[in-house]
Amino acid sequence: MSDKKNWPLWEVFVRSKNGLEHRHCGSLHAADEDMALENARDVYTRRSEGVSIWVVESKNITASNPENNGEMFEPAHDKVYRHPTFYDLPDEVKHM
Amino acid sequence: MSEEQIKNLETQFEARIARDEKIEPKDWMPEKYRKTHIRQMSQHAHSEIVGMLPEGNWITRAPSLRRKVALLAKVQDEAGHGLYLYSACETLGVSREELYEQLHSGKAKYSSIFNYPTVTWADMGAVGWLVDGAAIINQVPLCNTSYGPYARAMVRVCKEESFHQRQGYEIMIKLANGTPEQKELAQDALNRWWWPSLMMLGPTDAESIHTEQSMKWKLKRKSNDDLRQQFIDQTVPQAELIGLTIPDSDLKWNEERQSYDFGEINWDEFWQVVKGHGPMNKQRMKARVGAWEEGEWVRDAAMAYAEKKQERKQKQAI
Repeated sequence: MSDKKNWPLWEVFVRSKNGLEHRHCGSLHAADEDMALENARDVYTRRSEGVSIWVVESKNITASNPENNGEMFEPAHDKVYRHPTFYDLPDEVKHM
Repeated sequence: MSEEQIKNLETQFEARIARDEKIEPKDWMPEKYRKTHIRQMSQHAHSEIVGMLPEGNWITRAPSLRRKVALLAKVQDEAGHGLYLYSACETLGVSREELYEQLHSGKAKYSSIFNYPTVTWADMGAVGWLVDGAAIINQVPLCNTSYGPYARAMVRVCKEESFHQRQGYEIMIKLANGTPEQKELAQDALNRWWWPSLMMLGPTDAESIHTEQSMKWKLKRKSNDDLRQQFIDQTVPQAELIGLTIPDSDLKWNEERQSYDFGEINWDEFWQVVKGHGPMNKQRMKARVGAWEEGEWVRDAAMAYAEKKQERKQKQAI
């Protein structure tokens, strides 16, 4: 193997059509962002699956740790008053 | 972590899978789950990559432009499928370089079917129809496997793969309805690819060492023998429809089972090929390793160019 660096890993996000959000669809290796975009086009949109692509070098993503899911997400669990069904309305009110 | 804590985590983990919850890359998982997944996913990825070789062999000699663009697109898909699967595999903390190294050194296996030669154009038909047909049967249940990145990769693969089988069968239809020589080519390809395709679905259940654990983790949803039976039942009528004969004198419809009975598979041949003594094992690895080594300067040049551009950008910013 050469002493040169290996191509870094990139995460690929594709917007399938205008009006929809970009969605993560996978990852790939590329030397730089231009090549990452071209490779993403060839790997993830061979059948017109996209109208826009984002690539982000994987090392730049900060992710939450599932082991901390308790303190991270539980505070929302007991806040039922954030949902409309928490509130009692008379039956006569059909829509609100 | 104490042994008891690990045991506890493992019990919770198995319960999650039993509830059909998906496991994602950063979730805790037993080491064996991680290892088994790296092994199966990488083997799958390697099969896609090596699988390009037998068909790549015919791209320049495809008999028409229609056949050529289809074959080219199919081989390109296989490269893509290999990439989806390598990416999914890398989420488990193994690098692409390690995976390639395992393939090139012979430590990792790929599907034994690709160690058979593609000697005539009809083989492009038989490979698409039978090999991709068997692959689809193997892969569809994996769309629901427990490891999220693998399941998502399989959904994409399965969506794209159905054209592969159709293009192969179309080649067979054309040849089977052509001149006597063409029909003979089609029959000959079927004769050579039928048994290896049945073997491709893996050893019999009694011999399959990974089945039980893999079933639990939903890495496998049906046993090898069930998949094989499904493949045979679906393929025999397709052969009959185009007037080709399955090369198995014991093949017979079983009214009671509503399934085909079939002859003995030559498992010695299967194990020989798995162990590296198939007709094309050496050539396949030579082509693969050669492509990797001859491409090294391109990979290095691309990296050097990327670094140069980056430096230039930084200088301009100052």
